[in-house]
Amino acid sequence: MRRVYFDHAATTPVDPEVAELVMKYMTESYGNPSSVHSFGREVKKPLEYAREQVRKAIGAAHVGEIAFCSGGTEAANMALRGAAYANRQKGNHIITTAVEHHCVLTTCEQLAKEGFEVTVLPVDQYGRISVEDVANALTDQTILVSIMHANNEVGTIMPIAEIGKMLKSQERRIIFHTDAVQSIGKLPVDVDQLNVDMLTFSGHKIYGPKGIGVMYLRRGTWWQPIMYGGGQERRRRPGTENAPAIIGLGRAVEMAVANREEEAEKLTKLRDKLVDRVLSSIPNSRLNGHPTERLPGHASFCFEFVEGESMLLSLDMQGIAISSGSACTSGSLEPSHVLLAMGIPKEIAHGSLRVTLGKYNTEEEVDYFVDNLIPIVERLRKMSPLTGGGACTPCACAGCDQSKK
Amino acid sequence: MYSEKVMDHFTNPRNVGEIPDADAVGQVGNPSCGDIMKIFLKIKDDRIEDIKFQTFGCGAAIATSSMVTEMAKNKTLDEALKITNKAVAEELDGLPPQKMHCSNLAADALHAAIENYRQKQKGA
Repeated sequence: MRRVYFDHAATTPVDPEVAELVMKYMTESYGNPSSVHSFGREVKKPLEYAREQVRKAIGAAHVGEIAFCSGGTEAANMALRGAAYANRQKGNHIITTAVEHHCVLTTCEQLAKEGFEVTVLPVDQYGRISVEDVANALTDQTILVSIMHANNEVGTIMPIAEIGKMLKSQERRIIFHTDAVQSIGKLPVDVDQLNVDMLTFSGHKIYGPKGIGVMYLRRGTWWQPIMYGGGQERRRRPGTENAPAIIGLGRAVEMAVANREEEAEKLTKLRDKLVDRVLSSIPNSRLNGHPTERLPGHASFCFEFVEGESMLLSLDMQGIAISSGSACTSGSLEPSHVLLAMGIPKEIAHGSLRVTLGKYNTEEEVDYFVDNLIPIVERLRKMSPLTGGGACTPCACAGCDQSKK
Repeated sequence: MYSEKVMDHFTNPRNVGEIPDADAVGQVGNPSCGDIMKIFLKIKDDRIEDIKFQTFGCGAAIATSSMVTEMAKNKTLDEALKITNKAVAEELDGLPPQKMHCSNLAADALHAAIENYRQKQKGA
């Protein structure tokens, strides 16, 4: 059967050149980079080269500001907890937004349990936050602000550079972290232009391997490790380095940044075509997120009267891979926290669908997707009691009572 | 994730639609929870002569709706009341644990429709 992959915000295929490099450092040059002998030395060198590749890609001043870890989630944990613990004597207030990835939101929840004061800022209808919102939330206790560069579910881009500038102009030193997992390789990501002190991302969203991530920590930023062990990664992240994945990530980010503009132009064109076709051919549909301030290959929709998972399953049967923010795909009864934060009613948020394009996708695949989606939505709507505008009774099931809490 | 039977009922649901002159209608669920099931019954001599459903929901919700209509068709009302959500899930060769919420609606919708019929009979 024909297969179309439209879920690049979830993960990407590893670029063949990157895969070859990873393979080499698993089978041929497998030494421990900390070893003094030749087996170790021949890995240490490319590992440090990868650090230089990352440094260059994000415009960092020093290679020592780059630490590798197991992925975006660990990187965010390291950044937030490390900065919070190290600056506790200066204040206990942390600011973040309602649409962050769970790796930031849940870490902030945990920090709140540990005694930190956490402000979760609401967003506008597009999932955006303004500089003023952040400025108004600052207190004389604020030590840390964490805001994602671009949203994984709806693709909206946050004004990170402007927020960073405002934070820098404050009298007190406030550490600014951005989660750049979705934006690296898609938007210009430069730590100085963005005015950030910490920036995190992972390898597998940019055609690199899974299980590898980066934490950038600006020199002079107060921070402490959250893991203890050997002296690897300048004690920021102890444990034997995942050298094959680090070397793979280095090459992947180098390619992603080099091809970014060309790639973004192509993906924006494909996405605009997809969005136009979907919205013009399916009534009662809407685009989620900002119409223009959005990631190049990212489209998020809501289709009224149908539920996301049933669309996802139907598309899957046609070989098309997308994702949904419906409750049924999250394993809970609540639809996506991002869509709800944007003020989308629950019943509509259940009918959400996320399409994220990547470098191997074609215009023909976009047509294949839309041609399949139209009859699927039609079929499911025919089955739905909502289409007729029927009145809805309160849900009596125990599960829903829980979800209201 | 889903059994072949679930996928079959999701892809080719039995008894979808409305019965315009239904003797009874039952509806459970809420759009904000992500699923609503509506069951229409045509009843003759206390027996379910025809049954149809409309569902807004995930794959499991659609499959359980389809299955419950198959199980209830031609049953007497008392027999149909004995159909449990668990029985519907078993008939579909099981459902993933996180989907038990959806399967907890199908039999409830059927029972709500029968309840609706009996209330009407009392009133008549």
